Amino acid sequence: MWEYTEKVKEFFLQPKNIGEIENPDAVGEVGSIVCGDALRLTLKIDKETNKITDAKFQTFGCASAIASSSALTELIKGKSVDEALGISNQDIADFLGGLPQEKMHCSVMGREALEAAVAHYRGIPISVEEEGKVLCKCFNVTEEKIRKVAMENHLTTVDEITDYTKAGGGCGECRGDIEAILRDLWSLKIPEKPEKSKKLTNLRKIALIQEIIEREIRPGLQADGGDIEIIDIEGKTVTIALRGMCTGCVMSGVTVNGIQEKLRELVSDDIIVVAQ
Amino acid sequence: MKTIYLDNNATTQVAPEVLEEMLPYLRDYYGNPSSMHTFGGQLHRKVEEARAKVAHLIGAEPEEIIFTSSGTESDNTAIMSAVESFPQKRHIITTRVEHPAVLNFCKHLARRGYRITFLTVNSKGQLNIDELLKAIDDNTALVTIMYANNEVGNIFPISEIGNVLKERRIVFHTDAVQAVGKIPIDTKKLPVEMLSLSGHKVHAPKGVGVLYVRKGTRFYPYVIGGHQERGRRAGTENVASIIGLGKACEIAAKNITQESLSLAHLRDKLEKALMHKCPDVRINGDVISRLPNTTNLSFEYVEGEAILLRLNEYGVCASSGSACTSGSLEPSHVLRAMGVPFTAIHGSIRFSLSRYNSEAEVDRVIEIMPDIIKSLRQLSPFGREKLGESVTSP
Repeated sequence: MWEYTEKVKEFFLQPKNIGEIENPDAVGEVGSIVCGDALRLTLKIDKETNKITDAKFQTFGCASAIASSSALTELIKGKSVDEALGISNQDIADFLGGLPQEKMHCSVMGREALEAAVAHYRGIPISVEEEGKVLCKCFNVTEEKIRKVAMENHLTTVDEITDYTKAGGGCGECRGDIEAILRDLWSLKIPEKPEKSKKLTNLRKIALIQEIIEREIRPGLQADGGDIEIIDIEGKTVTIALRGMCTGCVMSGVTVNGIQEKLRELVSDDIIVVAQ
Repeated sequence: MKTIYLDNNATTQVAPEVLEEMLPYLRDYYGNPSSMHTFGGQLHRKVEEARAKVAHLIGAEPEEIIFTSSGTESDNTAIMSAVESFPQKRHIITTRVEHPAVLNFCKHLARRGYRITFLTVNSKGQLNIDELLKAIDDNTALVTIMYANNEVGNIFPISEIGNVLKERRIVFHTDAVQAVGKIPIDTKKLPVEMLSLSGHKVHAPKGVGVLYVRKGTRFYPYVIGGHQERGRRAGTENVASIIGLGKACEIAAKNITQESLSLAHLRDKLEKALMHKCPDVRINGDVISRLPNTTNLSFEYVEGEAILLRLNEYGVCASSGSACTSGSLEPSHVLRAMGVPFTAIHGSIRFSLSRYNSEAEVDRVIEIMPDIIKSLRQLSPFGREKLGESVTSP
């Protein structure tokens, strides 16, 4: 059972500003029914003062998604568009007295809907190319969104990214990519772990990786109707491809992460597994 | 506020008669049945009485009953025993819709080099016996298939499957945790070698389970230690809970036919009324072959956790296959295996009844549910177009 604050419960049971504004000046739509949550935000904006005079929402989702959406409308009403853009997903969560860590993506959805609505108001078209390539196909999350949310909320682990964006929480195929993004983002700020003392020759390392994949990993994947292929081993990066049932499996992100953990445990703790 | 407990596939109320029966053994008679003195040793007879009652409910001989700590332990033990009995055979057949106690244990064995076949189900959650036949080979050590599914209530054709396997001399285990006590089961006629059941699903307390092992079946213990349970399951007996389980099985055996009829009546009333009063609802599962107490309904355009928390405000307890209730982002593996669309999985709600539910309670749910669905659909960006007039007034 989720531990929701009284404020979350209040905004879930008696949400404020439900519905749709007629002839809205701005509309922001994010999420989809397939992903499990979606939010449609409509705004009335005074063109003279740029003030948001009214805000309404419609949300498909769990209690915290509904509460976050309602909280967003309360936070932005009466603010100018620029002031409203200053509201972060953390502000939405704080307004509700906090959200469970795993539910932070609900507050991010609120913030995104606001950005989408403002873009619409300002006549900025949102094209797919501008949004960047979709990294998590299960939940349709772009690389850009992951970078942005990671920066804004100081996220350093893949699990945190999943809590805040859902990315990597489905098949898991993209978890390696997310890890790479995080390394890229924080490489200057997080000191590299010191090298493990035992040095493996490259040949020995490759042999060891192959052996572990054969012995520890392939049988499990095959049992689920999948398979694995080693594409390349270059330095500490092991590129693999998941085959059969693993392709597009909701758990494949978890799988890649599991493989990486296993290789780090048994070969060398700096190994990065990347799925092709 | 009175609790209306419609989540009996998760766990059940301990029957008052069961609790009464247990109390002296928690308070006064705390001895160890293995002791030489009368104070402890006399409990051995009580445990054996309970064993006979459990055996009676499923048509078994008392010596075919092994007490364990849970349904999960029974399932794990059955699988390990089959695997150890045939060390040269490295293949197990199960289904995609098993309880995690079987599913994850099989995946665990897969990581140890076993080959596992996970049988598929169709959109009603039914198995295809031909697929099972094709999967069998000389390497197959065990087939383990649940008797009834916990999420949608489907009852699988265990007799039919068992007869096929008997010819091929393959060990057959069934996880009957959801079936025992709800529908009659007679192991004299049922062609299975092993069967699991759990105390807390049949109005006994948590922490006690049973593995039935047919006489003549090779058996290897999983929990190793003392000589309890004739060397088949070590650990000092959970005396009070075993006595409670005996009592619970005695009550179930007396009333099972009548009870399953009245449960089905209440369940059908609930299901029909909700289908009638709420638009865009579908039933998940096999309505022909289903547990009498279970219904799994999908309410389109709304999300399960939101429904559960609104129900919670009225003291109504149910469960959902939605991702948001699972603690992960993954929705129900059972509904996904059935190919239920994601939109319908997110809005799935399971009601599971017991003998302690009244018609008034069901009526109460029928009364409040349509408004909950309506109000959540009003919140939903997907509800409007489809529902037209049904959501115009709050």
